[in-house]
Amino acid sequence: MKSEVSGPVEQTNRAEDAVLELRGVSKRFVIGRRTIQALRHVNLRVLRGQVTGLIGPDGAGKTTLMRLAVGLLAPDDGRIHALGFDATRDSPAVQARVGYMPQRFGLYEDLSVQENLDLYADLQGLPPDARPARYHELMHMTGLARFTTRLAGRLSGGMKQKLGLACTLVRAPELLLLDEPTVGVDPVSRRELWQIVYRLVREEGMTVLLSTAYLDEAERCHEVILMHEGEVLGCGPPQQFREQSRGRTYLVSAPGERKRTVQEKLAGAASVVDALIQGERIRLVTAGETPPDPAELLPGLAGVSIQPAPPRLEDSFVAMLKQRRKPGGDALPRVQAGRQVGPASLSSENGPGPVIEIKDVKRRFGDFYAVKGVTFEVTRGEVFGLLGANGAGKSTTFRMLCGLLPASEGSLRVAGLDLRRAAAAARARIGYMSQKFSLYGNLNVCENLRFFSSAYGLTGQRQRRRLDWALEQFELGTVADTVSLDLSLGYKQRLAMACALMHEPEILFLDEPTSGVDPLARRDFWGRINGLAAQHVTVMVTTHFMEEAECCDRLAIMADGEILALGTPQEIKRRQCSAGQPEPTMEDAFIALIEGQGQTRGGAK
Amino acid sequence: MRLRGLIHKEFYQILRDPSSIAIAFLLPVVLLLVFGYGVSLDAEHVPVALVVEQPDADTAGFTGGFEQSRYFQPVVMRDMHEAEQALMSRRVSAVVHLRADFARRLRQPGGAPVQVIVNGVDANTGRLILGYIQGVWQKWLARRALETGETLGAPVRLESRVWFNSELRSRNFLVPGLIAIIMTLIGALLTALVMAREWERGTMEALMVTPVTMREVLVGKLVPYFLLGMGGMALSVAMGVWLFGVPLRGSLWVLFGAAALFLLAALGMGLLISTVAKNQFVAGQVAIITTFLPAFILSGFIFDIGSMPPVVQWLTYLLAARYFVAMLQTIFLAGDVWSVIWPNALALAVMAAFFLGVSRRKLRKRLE
Repeated sequence: MKSEVSGPVEQTNRAEDAVLELRGVSKRFVIGRRTIQALRHVNLRVLRGQVTGLIGPDGAGKTTLMRLAVGLLAPDDGRIHALGFDATRDSPAVQARVGYMPQRFGLYEDLSVQENLDLYADLQGLPPDARPARYHELMHMTGLARFTTRLAGRLSGGMKQKLGLACTLVRAPELLLLDEPTVGVDPVSRRELWQIVYRLVREEGMTVLLSTAYLDEAERCHEVILMHEGEVLGCGPPQQFREQSRGRTYLVSAPGERKRTVQEKLAGAASVVDALIQGERIRLVTAGETPPDPAELLPGLAGVSIQPAPPRLEDSFVAMLKQRRKPGGDALPRVQAGRQVGPASLSSENGPGPVIEIKDVKRRFGDFYAVKGVTFEVTRGEVFGLLGANGAGKSTTFRMLCGLLPASEGSLRVAGLDLRRAAAAARARIGYMSQKFSLYGNLNVCENLRFFSSAYGLTGQRQRRRLDWALEQFELGTVADTVSLDLSLGYKQRLAMACALMHEPEILFLDEPTSGVDPLARRDFWGRINGLAAQHVTVMVTTHFMEEAECCDRLAIMADGEILALGTPQEIKRRQCSAGQPEPTMEDAFIALIEGQGQTRGGAK
Repeated sequence: MRLRGLIHKEFYQILRDPSSIAIAFLLPVVLLLVFGYGVSLDAEHVPVALVVEQPDADTAGFTGGFEQSRYFQPVVMRDMHEAEQALMSRRVSAVVHLRADFARRLRQPGGAPVQVIVNGVDANTGRLILGYIQGVWQKWLARRALETGETLGAPVRLESRVWFNSELRSRNFLVPGLIAIIMTLIGALLTALVMAREWERGTMEALMVTPVTMREVLVGKLVPYFLLGMGGMALSVAMGVWLFGVPLRGSLWVLFGAAALFLLAALGMGLLISTVAKNQFVAGQVAIITTFLPAFILSGFIFDIGSMPPVVQWLTYLLAARYFVAMLQTIFLAGDVWSVIWPNALALAVMAAFFLGVSRRKLRKRLE
């Protein structure tokens, strides 16, 4: 499969066009007793004057590859050439010509914007007389001109990212390497970063290699390198990957039916590669090219319409991953329809009604309002999404709802209990899974489960029953004795979710549960969330992935501590319809909302 | 230009980080005040109970010696029970007991016994107090002999002189020793912390991919913290001389030369620690355990190296602080004694070269 994709690339592009070339590169890390194969015999080329995307989930080897390319690591095997130099032996020569922005931007937070720039100009050896012009250009390009005296630590996530980029660009490099520049950055800043990248390629003739875990960003690259677990799955222009799925992608709508039920039925069908909720409809990828028959796929449902849809890169990536997984057997569990994930006892208990009610909630830190007047309700069995950039107030809202942080003003009721008075009682009825998967790394799977269940007061027979349930439902039986530090990210995520569900909570809080995991693990995860919702467990989730937002029943989009929009994904998108964008995506809607907010604020002044 | 940029950056960071300023300037002041005023290894104004069962001219002569001594603060009591209670509750550190028949037996052959009970929990202080009490007793004997015209049966007399610290003030050797502790904190702990911070925050990775060399990174850290350490040192010396009246008998340039050598060794230690421990917590722990605590306990700052067990004495040869404390105490209290300064300076120079050399070799432009 690999040769099939990379073959044509080698023919069409001459070797002398390659700015960066890796041949047979392998890299292992030994940490204690564990050996991690970060890269496995990687061959690839980055071509001059293009934007190449290095795409893959966490653990794919993206960062290792970038560090190898700038000579910060030496490969165990193979050769790396960057700009005509051997990156390992002549690393000073490479470093003088390459710009590299590490994941955390490499900024000194206690230095101001200007001081950071000065430092990197000194380090890069930019002559003093060339500085004013270059600074002006960079500050104009990044929109930081007004903030030169501000400390870098006081900038927003998006501004830090742009300053990091400006520092890397102080002396225009021939090759620019950006390691996950868009992680944790809101869609508006992401879009601005892409505009800057394209400008650099167009006006300064730069070559850019950019790594990302967001598959939708791959579509913006000239060339794409798909990576997974240290191996290159394929490289080529994005349309080449998209074409692999052409004629096999559809949008299914079944009016009057619950979209989760439809999605589960579709996902269970043998001829289906992928089924994903997209707003009101289901995105379907089939194995064969014959158009699917509604009667065969969804028997007994009336009014089902199946429309062809343009293919996306993600469709092909998922297909490739599934193909790889097949010989491995049970490496990844299939999303099963209607599985019992949550507490069965809940389905009959209590009627529908709001389980989370928050009203005019504010939270102040010093004289700064992190959350300023938020009101919404979540009903039983609903999957409610909270979207927003870093610093929008999502995490603060979340912590208040979990009873971890008291509100400064307003009322919060969770599971019928006032958090002001009965925070401990409310906490016993909620489950919480944090984005860092707070597991004990040196305990094994069973020990983690046992610990978290005892922390919630489970003992004896009930604890044993829940333990068996968790091992079975989350398919952790095979790794029960494995220390959780050694688990793959997908397993860790499942274990963390199991730990949060041991005490059969009514409400589950998930804080960016899928950041960094591969698309298959993310689908598996959402399968479980759907299962929970079907059993009337209320799920509240924060996310940066627009596609996950589409899976929610309702959404709240937050910015600067306020809710900008509240409603179903369809409603939110529809509200942002305009002549220029008759059919906006979730991301378009998000950007339009945030930009609209900026305008009203500007108008008020 | 690159080095200048790095040094500039470091100074901005020092100025904006309250914790560096605190370690470099606030901590020396606090330590000096605590050790200068609070901690004293001398026994002065020791409360002592004088139990006199039957006061008369003879006992008054004896107890008068205690009242005149600056070492004692006597409390006269009537019975032994009360004195024992006072000793238990630590209101007094010693009891001197003169029985009712003191005056009578004084004039009989065999003499009058004097009972002395000393609180020996702190063995050193206990021994000091016992010595002082014996001193008072001997003085009293001598005076009595003079008055009555008897001769004291002692053919040899001891004439003692204390050199260098003639007043035997512990402050005079604690304050110079403290300078070594303060410079260890600035040199090793602060440097290890700021270097670890660069790793922790990912800025080291960003530095490494610029054309900067690792030698420049090292020198860029050394210069600012060297100056900071010398600043802290100057502050400590000024406070020691002007506030606490510690004599400075050696020359200032020898003092600063010795300090510079020691600081280089301490900085080398700090940098070496941070090449191994790449997060601030571990770096801080390692720096405290390997540099600060040994400097405190094993350098001869408080505890005399000569009275340690031989194995521990050998261990102290591995400590830069040991050589520096010896030099400091010599320069302050004795003067420029070259036979002490040269060997210690040489040892410091070797250690500085070793630690800086190893850090330079260890710090490579690789992330592994």
